[in-house]
Amino acid sequence: MSKKNLIVIGNGMVGHHFLEQIVETEAAAGFNIVVFGEEPLLAYDRVHLSEYFGGSTHADLAMGTADWYAEKNIDLHLDEQVTEIDRDNKRVVTPKGSYDYEELVLATGSYPFVPPIKGNDRPNCLVYRTLDDLDQIRASAEGGKVGVVVGGGLLGLEAANALKSLGLQAHVVEFAPRLMPVQLDDDGGALLRRKIEELGVQVHTEKATTAIVEGEDCRLRMNFSDDSHLETDLIVFSAGIRPQDTLARSSGLDVGERGGIVINNQCATSDANIHAIGECALWDQRIFGLVAPGYTMARTLAGALNGDSEAAFTGADMSTKLKLLGVDVGSIGDAHGQTPGARNIRFNDEATGVYRRMVISEDGKTLLGAILVGDNGPYDTLLQYALNGIELPASPEALILPESEGGAPALGPDALPDTASICSCHNVTKGDICGVIDAGCCDLAGVKAETKASTGCGGCSALLKNVVDCELEKRGVEVSTDICEHFPYSRQELFHLVKVNGVRTFRQLITEHGKGHGCDICKPAVASILATVWNEHILATDHVALQDTNDTFMANMQKNGTYSIVPRVPGGEITPDKLIVLGEVAKEYDLYTKITGGQRIDLFGATLSELPEIWEKLIAAGFETGHAYGKSLRTVKSCVGSTWCRYGVQDSVGMAILLEERYKGLRSPHKLKMAVSGCTRECAEAQSKDIGVIATDKGWNLYVCGNGGMRPRHADLFATDLSDEELIRAIDRVLMFYVRTADRLQRTSVWMENLEGGLDYLKKVVLEDSLGIGEELDAHMATVIDTYQCEWKTAVEDPEKRKRFREFVNDERKDPVQQWTQERDQRRPVTEAETA
Amino acid sequence: MSTKTQWQAVCKVEDLIADSGIAVWTPAGPVAIFYLPQQIPALFAVGHFDPFSNANVIARGITGDLGGEPVVASPIYKQHFSLRTGVCLEDDSVRIPSYSVLLDGDSVLLEVPVENRSEAVA
Ligand code: SRM
Ligand SMILES: Cc1cc2nc3c(=O)[nH]c(=O)nc-3n(C[C@H](O)[C@H](O)[C@H](O)COP(=O)(O)OP(=O)(O)OC[C@H]3O[C@@H](n4cnc5c(N)ncnc54)[C@H](O)[C@@H]3O)c2cc1C
Ligand code: SF4
Ligand code: FES
Repeated sequence: MSKKNLIVIGNGMVGHHFLEQIVETEAAAGFNIVVFGEEPLLAYDRVHLSEYFGGSTHADLAMGTADWYAEKNIDLHLDEQVTEIDRDNKRVVTPKGSYDYEELVLATGSYPFVPPIKGNDRPNCLVYRTLDDLDQIRASAEGGKVGVVVGGGLLGLEAANALKSLGLQAHVVEFAPRLMPVQLDDDGGALLRRKIEELGVQVHTEKATTAIVEGEDCRLRMNFSDDSHLETDLIVFSAGIRPQDTLARSSGLDVGERGGIVINNQCATSDANIHAIGECALWDQRIFGLVAPGYTMARTLAGALNGDSEAAFTGADMSTKLKLLGVDVGSIGDAHGQTPGARNIRFNDEATGVYRRMVISEDGKTLLGAILVGDNGPYDTLLQYALNGIELPASPEALILPESEGGAPALGPDALPDTASICSCHNVTKGDICGVIDAGCCDLAGVKAETKASTGCGGCSALLKNVVDCELEKRGVEVSTDICEHFPYSRQELFHLVKVNGVRTFRQLITEHGKGHGCDICKPAVASILATVWNEHILATDHVALQDTNDTFMANMQKNGTYSIVPRVPGGEITPDKLIVLGEVAKEYDLYTKITGGQRIDLFGATLSELPEIWEKLIAAGFETGHAYGKSLRTVKSCVGSTWCRYGVQDSVGMAILLEERYKGLRSPHKLKMAVSGCTRECAEAQSKDIGVIATDKGWNLYVCGNGGMRPRHADLFATDLSDEELIRAIDRVLMFYVRTADRLQRTSVWMENLEGGLDYLKKVVLEDSLGIGEELDAHMATVIDTYQCEWKTAVEDPEKRKRFREFVNDERKDPVQQWTQERDQRRPVTEAETA
Repeated sequence: MSTKTQWQAVCKVEDLIADSGIAVWTPAGPVAIFYLPQQIPALFAVGHFDPFSNANVIARGITGDLGGEPVVASPIYKQHFSLRTGVCLEDDSVRIPSYSVLLDGDSVLLEVPVENRSEAVA
């Protein structure tokens, strides 16, 4: 079968995404794919264009690599503009030749609109769209003092920020009476203006430029219709974009009145063999100037070309959330309340600079749109309401009121749309879960059995439980907060029982307060509570049977029954000697060796009986357990900080080590992760951690309750410019309060979201000691720190404990089912297919 | 298949761990022995091989009871197996072998088939 030629014009974000999609389809085998890009560089991430001024290079921003194109057999012609489409002969023409096509895709994007002002073609009059534009701006900024952006929309403000970062005194000139006229209303625009001016960018609204002439003090002078003028060294036009439809026009394809290549739901133009996607396409009279709708078009088209008759583009949500010059701005749906009958709720706090507006339907039941300036906190919740048509609560204003005024904290699982994925292993959505509940499932176990949710990696269990509890409650089923059938108490209640009654063993607790013999839910939970309260060795005889295998054997069990070993490497700092020991031990036991995502080293494939021997060697070399198995502190990630980095303002490594050493023994409801960055560039990703610390020139900013993992959450700023002592005290208290009040397997993020009063409440408890328990928390933390022992050290020194590590108590033979093979020069378990 | 069995000493009482399991080698392959002092009887024995993960790990699971049934939870994917019958509580079509076990002085005796049953070793 001879292959058809598929030509793509434009190697931008959407064009590239289309290629990624199409090569994955079956249809790909039937196409010779040829791509033309007018820019000399491989497709790059335009959304993050401004980072180019912050030091990112084309390689950082690039979306693919030349190797990828070669590997996929895509014939890529960069720096080659298509100048003509010859539809009769199905051919495209470039200055270098002409090429036949069977299917043609236009992904030509858009170009910046430059208003027809006299003098707009003078030197130093520039635009902001491509890397080449940015190079020109940088060159022009050199030797200049002042820069003006024409256009106060989203991109204009971004450009203004760029000018500022190049050291220019930046101005924004906007024709409309306010900034971001499309997304914001007058109040929102005014607040944004105030904030931006505070940052040193001057804003001029209602200014129409009549001419650009030679300047007196600067290179250029802009004359305005009100007879005023402004001198500047360079001008960046950012007055909107226009779809790049030149080729479509000249070849007679249908285009819209105000530009844009007309497409149908399958992204076909008026010629069935020519398709258009991205910013050049006009769908239902609309242009989509954002990347996500372009990607949806790309996926639709790839599907359609692959013969998928269901593939259809049906519009896209244009809500946006951004930080412009550090100011939060959000705009959702019908932000201007243009729906007939729409009503508004506004909250405007001029003192703190927060403006929020909700547009709700006439019947008050649905959220149509919203505007946020100054704080995007409620954005996600509001967006869920708007996108999914979730019915608003009786007092919808609570959604935008600050929490101290009775506002609602972020919505829990209730706010998740039905399409939200809960269990990715088994592809179970919230809708699937609601479905089985409606069909009669009335508990978590039933939902698990019906949907298979949480029966894969198990990682989604906490989220699943939240969703199920919430749905059951909504249906009037009383949801028990009992930890399991053996105890009629929640984890928090058990914690109090243990502490108040001085309970020291599981048996005592279950005899006095529970029934039966316990199970794999309550035993580890109680073990963790006992460890937090009394901090005894987890392999003490009374506790040994309570633990998950990972805790019992102080190593993580792998899929074939062997274990991994993760020694602590505080702050990620390690001496060459220690590295050598790790290498030697790994070599001796043939352990698969990998650098973890937490800045330490994981050695995989140790058998049970090898564990104590290996640890003996590691301990002798000065290593300690890394608690990779425990619900406890994992790592404190650090960046290199002021010791080496030219930008660092504090010693982030030193602080990370201090924190890691301090909290390393603490047992908690779930694992804890921390990070310390040496400056605001945040190379340690502290804002994704339970405890994040970022250096400032005055001290440390503390962030709390971030989470990576399945449901990422940015940490909240908790306190600023703390001294070392203040920082440690705040962390001590946050952690102790968490350990005491969180539910079983609840990360700090979920804990905080469920905490009545949320962040503000936590701040009061920790920073103002509103409950008067501050000293108690401090004292408790001090005990935990004082009673720290390296569990592995204690274990290897105790012959009784070591007995536990025999694989078979009556035989020294190795486990017969473990089979190995070599890959990339290391040993790994064989796969199921390989055994067969 | 013949069901000829014999009682065999597999370990000593001091090898057992209260409320937990240990693994022993037998002619029937690896077997997990659990000692639950609060239950009557106090000793249970089931196959050490976990059919869900294809690994020899059952002895390292957490024990307890669910709805009155003594169980062990597989340490890998957490399915529960009855310590009496070996039947999986989440999926009763799956069953691991169960064995009779008793204490004779300080020896733990297990009733195992005489012939080496290879499928139990997997
Ligand atoms: C080894 C490592 C992957 C790697 O090769 O890089 C890893 C491996 C495991 N992770 Fe992880 N995670 C590792 C970094 C991470 C990170 C990244 C980080 O810490 O910077 C995350 C996201 C950040 C976060 O936690 O917020 C991460 C999110 C998870 C989650 C999801 C947690 C959540 O809140 O959603 C689980 C499941 C759980 O804990 O319930 C998990 C669970 C696991 C377990 C324990 C699963 C298991 O029970 O077998 C893996 C066992 C490791 C082992 O056998 O040693 N791992 N895991 C990383 C160890 C870092 C370390 O040195 O300690
Ligand atoms: C500074 C900036 C910030 C932005 N921020 C955001 C944001 O935060 N969120 C968001 O969603 N969107 C943002 N955008 C918009 C986003 O970048 C676009 O929506 C996206 O790039 C559109 O992709 P595209 O492939 O349709 O067009 P483009 O990425 O522009 O790609 C089109 C390509 O086709 C080439 N081309 C055109 N004609 C021809 C021809 N005849 N022959 C060969 N090649 C040709 C062009 O040179 C170009 O490389 C931003 C844009 C800019 C400039
Ligand atoms: S966070 Fe700052 S100090 Fe740390 S490596 Fe990055 S730039 Fe350097
Ligand atoms: S079991 Fe649900 S995500 Fe893995």
